[in-house]
Amino acid sequence: MSEFLQIYAENWSDWWPQLVPAMWNTVALTALSYLFAVVLGIILALGKLSKIRVVRALCKSYIEFVRGIPALAILFLLYFALVPLGIVFNSFTAAVIGLGMNQGGYMAEVFRGGIEALHKGQREAALAVGMTPVKAYRNIIMPQAIRIVLPPLLNMLINLLKDTSICSLISAPELMLRAKDIASMSFRPMHIYLLIGVLYFTMAWPLSMITRRVEAHMHRGRRSTV
Amino acid sequence: MEESLLRVEELHKSFGDLEVLRGVSLVLSQGRKLSIIGPSGSGKSTLLRCINYLEEPTKGHIYVNGHLVGEKLVDGRYVRMSSKELAPQRAEIGMVFQNFYLWPHLTARENVAIGPQRVRGLSKKDSLDLADMMLEKVRMARKRDEYPERLSGGQQQRVAIARALAQEPRLMLFDEPTSALDPELVGEVLKVIYELADEGRTMVLVTHEIGFAQEVSDEVIFVDKGRVAAHGPPCDVLQNPQQERLCSFLGKLLGS
Amino acid sequence: MLEFLPFDPWKAVQFSQVLLRGAIMTVQITAGALVIAIVLGLMMAVIKTSRVRVVRFLVDAYIEIFRGIPALTLLFILYFGLAYSGLQIKSVPAAILGLGLVGCATLTEVFRSGFEALHHGQREAALAVGMTPIMAMRNIILPQAVRITLPPIGNYAIGLLKDTAIVSAIAAPEIMFYARNLVTSTFDTTTIYVLAAILYFCLSFPLARIVSRLEERRRSWQ
Repeated sequence: MSEFLQIYAENWSDWWPQLVPAMWNTVALTALSYLFAVVLGIILALGKLSKIRVVRALCKSYIEFVRGIPALAILFLLYFALVPLGIVFNSFTAAVIGLGMNQGGYMAEVFRGGIEALHKGQREAALAVGMTPVKAYRNIIMPQAIRIVLPPLLNMLINLLKDTSICSLISAPELMLRAKDIASMSFRPMHIYLLIGVLYFTMAWPLSMITRRVEAHMHRGRRSTV
Repeated sequence: MEESLLRVEELHKSFGDLEVLRGVSLVLSQGRKLSIIGPSGSGKSTLLRCINYLEEPTKGHIYVNGHLVGEKLVDGRYVRMSSKELAPQRAEIGMVFQNFYLWPHLTARENVAIGPQRVRGLSKKDSLDLADMMLEKVRMARKRDEYPERLSGGQQQRVAIARALAQEPRLMLFDEPTSALDPELVGEVLKVIYELADEGRTMVLVTHEIGFAQEVSDEVIFVDKGRVAAHGPPCDVLQNPQQERLCSFLGKLLGS
Repeated sequence: MLEFLPFDPWKAVQFSQVLLRGAIMTVQITAGALVIAIVLGLMMAVIKTSRVRVVRFLVDAYIEIFRGIPALTLLFILYFGLAYSGLQIKSVPAAILGLGLVGCATLTEVFRSGFEALHHGQREAALAVGMTPIMAMRNIILPQAVRITLPPIGNYAIGLLKDTAIVSAIAAPEIMFYARNLVTSTFDTTTIYVLAAILYFCLSFPLARIVSRLEERRRSWQ
C-alpha cells in the first residue's frame, strides 16, 4: 500500500502542475455549456408553449431528438461530421455547444414545469386577494417557480460536470484528456485515473451537498404529493 | 361477573416529549358498544390504535378476551411480542380507518379476500366466497370487481368495513370512520355500522357524529388531554353533560 | 438523379449494416448493466432500511462516491487501471460492470423513494388485518413498489442505452466503436455519424414512448 502511495509522492510535482490547468478547463467547460444550456432551455420551453404550431413542432422535435441520442453522438457530429460541410469547430467550442445542446433539451422540460406554475390558479388567487400582477409575480409565482426549477437545475450542473469527461473523446483539453496523456507517458494508469476520480469527486461533492440542502429547504412544509 | 372482552389498564402513551395519553382505563363487555369522543389532539385515536397495538403504549396494558395484547409475561416481566406473535392477535380485531386505506392494486373483492386467504389460510375459493358475503352485507356486491380508485369515499369505506368483517373479529374498532367523507356519503356508512351494532358485535368507535354515538352506543367516554374526563351511558354524557369542558366541546360540535 | 442527395445511399446501407452489428452489442451491454444496477440497487435500498448506522453510512458513502465520478473515469480504472495492476478485464465485461456500478447508485434512490411513496396507511391496514410485516411486504408493498418504480427505471434504462456510447473508448464493439472505425477507414464522417445518431434514436425512442405511457398510467393510479 505504501508502495502505491509512494508513486504519488514521486510524481506529484510532475503531475499536479499539468492537472491544475486541466481542472480549470473542466470548470470553464462546465460553466459555459451550462449557460448555453440554460439559455437554450428557456428558449425551447417558451417555444413549446408558443401559439404558433410550427414553432411548437420544431421545439418538440428538437427536444425529442436530442434526448434520444447520446451526448457523445452530438459531440462527434459537431466536431467531425460538419467538417466536410465546411463547418469547423475547435474541440473546446464543439464541447461547449455539444453539451449545451444536449443539456438544453433536458432543461427545457424543467423550465416548462416552472413556467406552468405561473399559469395555475395561483396567479388568479393572488390577484383575487388584491395583489397587483407585479406583487403576485414577486411574492407568489416566482418563489413557486424557483422551488420547482432549482433542484433539477442543480442536479444538471453536477451531471454536466461529469459529462465534460466525455469531451476528452473529441480531444477537448479538459481533465480526462490530460489524464490520458499523463497515463500514456508515465505508464501508471491506475494511479492517474484514481487520482482524477478523486479530483472529479472533490469538484462534484460540494455541489451535491448544496443540492441536497436546497432540496430539503424546498420541501419544507410541503406534503409529499406522490 | 361478566368476563370483559376488552380491558384497558392505566394506558400511557408519549411521543417523545409529548404525552398524549395520561392514564386511561376502561372495560368493555361482550356485545357492548363504546364511543369515544373528544377534541382534536385529546388522544382518542391514539387510544384506539393502542388496542390493536399499532401504537405501542409507554405504560399500561391491554387485554382482549382476557389475553394480553402485544406483550407477554416472561419470568414475571412484560416483554413486547414479536411481529409474528402479534399478527394473529390483530387478526382477531377488526379495524376501520378514517382514510379507508384500501389497497389500490386489488379489486374490492380481492381487498376483502386477501386477509382470510393469506392470514387465516382459507382456500382461494373460500376466501372469495367469504368476501362476496361480506360485500353483500355492506351492499357493495355489485362493485366487487372495481378498483378502489373508481369508488366513492362512502363505497370505499364500506369495502373497508367488509374487509374488517372478513376477519370474523371478536372486537371491531372504528377510527373516525366518516370524518373523511363528504356529508352526503356519511349516511350510507353509518347505516352499515348501525346494522353491525344491531347484530350484537362488540365495538369501539371514535367519532365526531354525536347523534350517531347517542343512537348506537351503550357507553360513551369523553377523552380530554389524555384522560377520561367523563364516562357513562349516552344520555348521561351527551344529554346532561356535567363537566365544563364537555359542555363547551359538545356546544361547538352541535352548534347550539 | 441520386447526385442530388447529400450522401451516397449505397454506402449508407453498407455503413448501416456494420453499425447494426454494434447495435446488438449496445443492447446487450445495456441489458447487462441494467440487471446489475437493479439487483444491486434493490439490495442497497433494502440495506438502507437497516437500523445499524454503520451499514447505512456505507451505502450512503457508496452512493456519494459513485454519483460523484464520471462513468468514463470508472471505466478507465476498470479497463486500463486494473490491467496495469495485473487484472485484465475484457472491454465488454468492464463496460457492463462499470455502468452497472454507477447505475445502482442512482437506482438505490429510486427504490428508496418508491418504498416511501407507499402511504404508510396501507402497511398499517395490512398489519391490522393480521399480516406479519413480511406478508405485508410481499402482498401489499412490493407489488405496488414495482408499479411505482417502473417508470423511473425505464427512464434510467434509456439513459443507460445512450451512455453505452462512451464504452467505445475502452474498445467495446458497440455502435460508436464501429462508427469510429468506419470513419478511420473511409473518412465519411458526415454519413456515418448521422447514421449512428439515427440508430441510437431508433433504439431509444420506442422505449421513451413506453415509459411515457407507463407514467400516464401511474398518474391515474393516484
